[in-house]
Amino acid sequence: MTRKNLRVAGLATPVMIAVLLLLAGSPGVTASDQPSAANAEVRIDNFSFGPQTLTVAVGTTVTWTNRDDIPHTVVSTDGVFKSKVRDTDEKFSYTFVKAGTYPYYCSVHPKMTGKVVVQ
Amino acid sequence: MPEKKQDFIDQKLQDLNNDGVDRRGFLKCMAWAGTGLVWTLSGGIPVSRAFAKNSAKDAGKGSDFSFVQISDSHIGFNKPANPDVTATLQTAINKINAMPHTPDFIIHTGDLSQLSKPSEFDTLDQVLKGASAKQIYFVPGEHDMLSDNGEQYLERYGKGTKGNGWYSFDHQGVHFVGLVNVANLKAGGMGSLGHEQLEWFEDDLKGRSASTPIVLFAHIPLWTIYPDWGWGTDDSEQALSYVKRFGSVTVLNGHIHQIMQKIEGKVSFHTAMSTAFPQPAPGTAPSAGPMKVPAEQLQQVLGITDVSYLVSGKSLAIVDSPLGASGPSASANGGPGGS
Repeated sequence: MTRKNLRVAGLATPVMIAVLLLLAGSPGVTASDQPSAANAEVRIDNFSFGPQTLTVAVGTTVTWTNRDDIPHTVVSTDGVFKSKVRDTDEKFSYTFVKAGTYPYYCSVHPKMTGKVVVQ
Repeated sequence: MPEKKQDFIDQKLQDLNNDGVDRRGFLKCMAWAGTGLVWTLSGGIPVSRAFAKNSAKDAGKGSDFSFVQISDSHIGFNKPANPDVTATLQTAINKINAMPHTPDFIIHTGDLSQLSKPSEFDTLDQVLKGASAKQIYFVPGEHDMLSDNGEQYLERYGKGTKGNGWYSFDHQGVHFVGLVNVANLKAGGMGSLGHEQLEWFEDDLKGRSASTPIVLFAHIPLWTIYPDWGWGTDDSEQALSYVKRFGSVTVLNGHIHQIMQKIEGKVSFHTAMSTAFPQPAPGTAPSAGPMKVPAEQLQQVLGITDVSYLVSGKSLAIVDSPLGASGPSASANGGPGGS
């Protein structure tokens, strides 16, 4: 990729986000109907969430995957979402339809904390 | 660490001279040294010694009773660190059954199961049925309350207990208290007893003579071992403030899958090995997850804890034995067990 192309790509992203925001604002269209803004992944590895802070656009579905040999949970500190116990390789997904900051933790190992920033 | 080892030997020699030396440093050293130590509490003064091969047997002689602590059986775990945790629990039970003295009871300090599944509890029950000691006391680990806030645990193992499963009982003049520090854990925190249980605990001790030996048992350590891994209990200090007036307090915990010991004033703390898989020493690995050791070494890092109570000296003797040895692991001439 040339330097010029990079600059173009850099411009394209804010434009796309603006389009998505417009769509999200249109009446009668719910976030889940969006041309999927994105999917994002959080890995649970070595008793930690990675990335610990994940920033996503409204409408993003975040999927946590437990890569440890020990079960974990993904529980919103404010009661917004709560996974069942996730054993090795099991996943939990949640779609964030509202902007905000969502702190969460593992209720089995509460030292494990993370947050999702939705904007 | 040759220097530490020398320290240990020096301290031990002083110890043998029974000169009343402050053993706090000694025990701190031992806390990192692994298995194979007997220590007794005599009128609140800790007297420790590395044990000879027969000491488990000797401790049994003339003692009014003994009990065994097992911990962290994690029935249902099947990962490389131990693909057959049912078999190693069975080995632990066989070891208990082969003891020269039948223990009066067994205490299981939690994480009976891996995922709180009924089938896991069923398997556990089946294995424990074969134990020579028929009375088994439990406290839950966090793995036993995974899916239903511990309802199933309470139904099976906590009948007649308070709250999430705490209770006390007396045996031969010793007061035992089982505490639950794995429920309602807060984001960013460690183990937690909670206000209701603390109030109950304070009340439970009221009116008891200060000379009553107290044994507390709970899953997560009631002393802070390694906060980064959550190896401690946020409100344990308050709990321990209630036992300050007692002359002999022994605290038995699990959760960390390795032996750690500490003495603070008249309170002696002890964590037991798991019967399922070992975990790394604090800070020596990226996380506290199951530690894979070569198969032939597994039974050296799993084990049981035998506690003898000697009425004559009002003392508790604690012996840790790995599953894979016929006797305790330390040699007669001391040394922190091959560390």
